[in-house]
Amino acid sequence: MTTGRRASVAEAVAEAHRKQWALVLAATVRVTRDLDLAEECVQDAYAKALVAWGDTGIPDRPGAWLTTTARNRAVDMIRREAFLRTTIPLLAGDEAGYDPQDGEDIPDERLRLIFTCCHPALAPQSQVALTLRLVCGLTTAQIARAFLVGEATMAARITRAKKKIAAARIPYVIPDSEELPERIDAVLTVVDLLFTTGHVAPSGPDLVHADVISRATDLARTLRELLPGDAEVAGLLALILLTDARRAARLDTSGAPVLLADQDRARWDRAAIAEGLVLVRRALRRRPPGRFGLRAAIAAVHAEAPSWEATDWQEIVGLYDLLIRRWPTPVTALNRAVAIGFARGPEAGLTALAELADAPQLAGYPYGAVARGEFLRRLGRTAEARSAFEEALKTTENMVERDSLRARIAELDG
Amino acid sequence: MPQYLLLIHDNEADWDAADEAEHRALDEAHEVFNREHADVIVASAHLQPTSTATVVREDGRGGHLVTDGAYAETKEALGGYYIIDVPDLDAALAVAKRLPFFGKVGDAAVEVRPLY
Repeated sequence: MTTGRRASVAEAVAEAHRKQWALVLAATVRVTRDLDLAEECVQDAYAKALVAWGDTGIPDRPGAWLTTTARNRAVDMIRREAFLRTTIPLLAGDEAGYDPQDGEDIPDERLRLIFTCCHPALAPQSQVALTLRLVCGLTTAQIARAFLVGEATMAARITRAKKKIAAARIPYVIPDSEELPERIDAVLTVVDLLFTTGHVAPSGPDLVHADVISRATDLARTLRELLPGDAEVAGLLALILLTDARRAARLDTSGAPVLLADQDRARWDRAAIAEGLVLVRRALRRRPPGRFGLRAAIAAVHAEAPSWEATDWQEIVGLYDLLIRRWPTPVTALNRAVAIGFARGPEAGLTALAELADAPQLAGYPYGAVARGEFLRRLGRTAEARSAFEEALKTTENMVERDSLRARIAELDG
Repeated sequence: MPQYLLLIHDNEADWDAADEAEHRALDEAHEVFNREHADVIVASAHLQPTSTATVVREDGRGGHLVTDGAYAETKEALGGYYIIDVPDLDAALAVAKRLPFFGKVGDAAVEVRPLY
């Protein structure tokens, strides 16, 4: 095998891993009824693909090849088990009508897997970890790195969640129409959280974070494909595309973050923005619009503005007014107060921020103090601005943010 | 089919403060719940208040220590339970949601635990 061919095989396997892991795993769980065994068989199939595709070429339908291989392995292992303990009947009971060619797409199976990982009976952090593990196929080490916890901690968390699925019998089903709205919200929240984890990486060129972004994007695209009629799914994908479109402009050449106000908008990904804008319109067709649709709409206003100064801040305040009705979190309230400052002037911004001063959830959250400092600076109240930035400095642990705050204080002094 | 224990925790102070009509209304609501779920209920009981509870512990010297009160001294106390027999957790949660809740919203909760 030539080096070039080996590279293209590795690339094809990596691509199949990113795009089809959930599909292959879901189809295999149907045979095993056991997540651990299914995972083992799927990992095995991907390992086999690396060798087999080098010999025989990349199959036309990699997903079908992987599904068949994983399921054959599963049936094999179950038979061996059944043979060893002859009293246990073959688990692969309802295999009637299975055609290996089906493996290319069984949308319901993937949805089942996603809904199982995001079942409200699991702790939110476990929902995210399980989704990365079972739906995206990330290793425990990768997930641990993305969430900045030790590998042993993450392994224990995933094991506990899987045990709960088995012991409490969390069903492997798509919720019925009565429960779907409330359950889809958990799924969207998980994908949103995944994206945020990748997007607001704590600094450093850690590839896992870029990987988490693309997993979240792929997952949102998958959901959109599986639930094309759901406005909030369209909203989430739009939000991700419009936010991620700024990626190239978010860091300067030294790797320091660039504020939205200072970003070179020519470096924004226009194709992603165009796709996002179409989806936002879909999302806003729902009445009343949902929280992901509204957040995407806010991102869309930024994306369409030719410059920071030309941003339609009144529109953004209006969207935050709607969002806060559906999603009254302290952070939403803070963002709304900041938008008011840009729409109606720094005085109005300070007044809006002052109304939030007592929210206990915002204590220790540096962005309120940062915004206050910025509005004070614009009003020429330098000393007060300085102490606001210093207050923010006390509450952030992130080195990159600390540097940027120090730079702003130095600017005030200069 | 697997069995689940539904543990009903509520605020005893709310119960003590309620009048007889409210007590009767809750009893009736449980009777309705019992009738509607007769096919899945295996066992159930309404517990006497925690003031009637006694705790037995080992004293570490080969004997036992007997004390007054409930095992966990919290505002919300175990007030009763049901054991139900349903196919999976979603079915158990659906049944739990049909239970009559007592007192202020947020003061009562049902813990759903699978049995071995």
